[in-house]
Amino acid sequence: MTKTDNTKSGPVRPFVHIRPRTGWQLIDFRELWEYRDLFYLLIWRNIKVRYAQSILGIGWAVVQPVFTMVVFTVVFGKLAKISSDGVPYAIFSYAALVPWTYFSTALTQASASLIGASGMISKVYFPRLIVPITPVLDKLVDFAIALLILFGLMVWFRIEPTIWALALPFFILLMILTAAGLGMWLTPLAIQYRDVKYGMGFVLQLLMFASPVVYPASLIPEQYRLLYGVNPMVGVIEGFRAALLGTRPMPWDLIAVGTITAFVIAVSGALYFRRTERIFADVV
Amino acid sequence: MFDPIIQVENLSKLYRIGLREEIHESLVSAVVSLMKRPLMNLQRLRKLSTFGENDDESEDTIWALKDVSFEVQQGEVLGIIGHNGAGKSTLLKILSRITEPTKGEAKIYGRVSSLLEVGTGFNPELTGRENIYLNGAILGMRKTEIDRRFCEIVDFAEIDRFVDTPVKRYSSGMYVRLAFAVAAHLEPEILLVDEVLAVGDAAFQQKCLGKMGDVAKEGRTVLFVSHNMSAVNTLCQSAIMLQSGQIAYHGNVADTITCYLENVHGGNRNPDHTKASSVAFPEDPAKPLQVRKVSLTNAQGQKKSCFDYQENVVVNITFDLRVPNRGYLAALLLRDVMGNVVFFSSDDDLHEPAIGGLAPGQYSYQVKLPSYLLKPGRYYFTITLNKKGRVGPPLDRRDSLPAIEITDLNTRRGIKKGFRKAAVVAPEIPWSLT
Repeated sequence: MTKTDNTKSGPVRPFVHIRPRTGWQLIDFRELWEYRDLFYLLIWRNIKVRYAQSILGIGWAVVQPVFTMVVFTVVFGKLAKISSDGVPYAIFSYAALVPWTYFSTALTQASASLIGASGMISKVYFPRLIVPITPVLDKLVDFAIALLILFGLMVWFRIEPTIWALALPFFILLMILTAAGLGMWLTPLAIQYRDVKYGMGFVLQLLMFASPVVYPASLIPEQYRLLYGVNPMVGVIEGFRAALLGTRPMPWDLIAVGTITAFVIAVSGALYFRRTERIFADVV
Repeated sequence: MFDPIIQVENLSKLYRIGLREEIHESLVSAVVSLMKRPLMNLQRLRKLSTFGENDDESEDTIWALKDVSFEVQQGEVLGIIGHNGAGKSTLLKILSRITEPTKGEAKIYGRVSSLLEVGTGFNPELTGRENIYLNGAILGMRKTEIDRRFCEIVDFAEIDRFVDTPVKRYSSGMYVRLAFAVAAHLEPEILLVDEVLAVGDAAFQQKCLGKMGDVAKEGRTVLFVSHNMSAVNTLCQSAIMLQSGQIAYHGNVADTITCYLENVHGGNRNPDHTKASSVAFPEDPAKPLQVRKVSLTNAQGQKKSCFDYQENVVVNITFDLRVPNRGYLAALLLRDVMGNVVFFSSDDDLHEPAIGGLAPGQYSYQVKLPSYLLKPGRYYFTITLNKKGRVGPPLDRRDSLPAIEITDLNTRRGIKKGFRKAAVVAPEIPWSLT
């Protein structure tokens, strides 16, 4: 629908060509860059509004993973006695809960974001991609706080990180890419089919058990290992554990498979989003 | 010649309206359809956004806009008028890239801001200051631009004491003032506005209108959708009238408004009617009181439809009274081309109605409108015959009546100065110096 073209003679004027769009398009990064202020303000708004009029405020970013950790430690660590690769179960599960909590909350927010922003979508033009990407980015604040707690726990349990801790930014990027890719798939679906909203919590719960959150990936039989790694969060979580807790050598096979899936999801998600975004205003 | 800043060619938009639900006659068919429901729902939801080859003719689709073409020059202020559902908002939504056309194209040279609603994205938890930034960014302003205009916005909205209060604690008046203030300080080359002036109290509306006028004077290009004909007339030079998704008229603002009002008042009015000086109506014995003929004359009884500013217009109303009078009265309402009511007058304004105590028969009223009052232009009037205190539609009402045309080729004001555009009437008022 849109093409920016500055070839017109005289002073440079933006040119917009409006017409029915056909075919597939990738992300228009230049346009996103022009709207960076909006991006920044929306992220900041989400953070501020989320904790406005609450007593704990940003403390909620800590409460959720910490209490989940306590429950998991009691249920899976003490009662079910699930292996924790030789480290205390509490920190074993918490190291997984930090990326997992980010992933599940970002995805929930992203899939609901377009419906929440329907007022804006039907009244103003801006790159629609901003809407699902905003929650994916603003949840990073909560993630950072939870990560600090993880570092605190490591000091408490006297666990030294491995040299691979330097690779942590890579795992974080992989985690963001996965959340953004799935977010771009789910938002257009959610806007058309409200089923996505109802199914989200349930599917995320299933996905959590398909990721090594409460158990180590080493429990998975060898012949299914690579298939298991198709879920990019497997590589991310096991990567976090290997880098920070040093429980096992870095599982490069899982990470490689997961990275490929994450890229496939992100690129196809972007294509799908761009193809469907033109009807958003008509179906909200 | 200049290049047009907006070029619209054959712009069309097809919408799908809801499909009729099936009605089941038996429990079995209801259960079967319930089981098929997920599949049917999927098809139905998919259909909302996809269109096939021969959907044009399908009964559940509607062309909200069909083959609309026009050009807008740099600095032009174009009004877009039309009835509800004529396609005005759809046109603005396509031009502001909110939705995509089904066919056709538009080329826009310049930075566009659209104002389809004030306060888009306002968040009640955030303070006035924060909402100014957020709303400004949503409308396409850069942060530095908002920094620069921040004080102006706060001043315009008259909220300086409450800048750091969450807007959920604002009065509704403050809320809309702030919302409009942000929008009013956009600096686009092209501004698309949809009926946003209808916010706030009368004084603030006046201020908004003034601000819109300033924007227009600064040489920006504005597309202005409104139902407020006075606002359109004041702000715009030219206008488009849309009807059922198509352009019914495109011309200078006065002609387009005239076309629109004739359409509103007359429905399928024969255009010759307005040129004629009289109109007759067939007898309808069911009505106890009925207008049979209306004609326009001057004070000398000469039939005409075009009058001089200094002349009296006499409206002659011939009516049938079929039952003995029971408190009937007659009234005349005069509107200008903008739809403003110039005045309303009825036969019992000054004394008891003259038709009181009349026997059945045919009678005639001469209503002498004052001279030296109506400024040059076209006027429409409505005549109603009614019973005093009656609720509901009047006994007889006529609005497909000849238009009154006023010209002024004699006074100093008419020849040299011209009449004030925004004024409704132009009485002759003596100024004496002592």
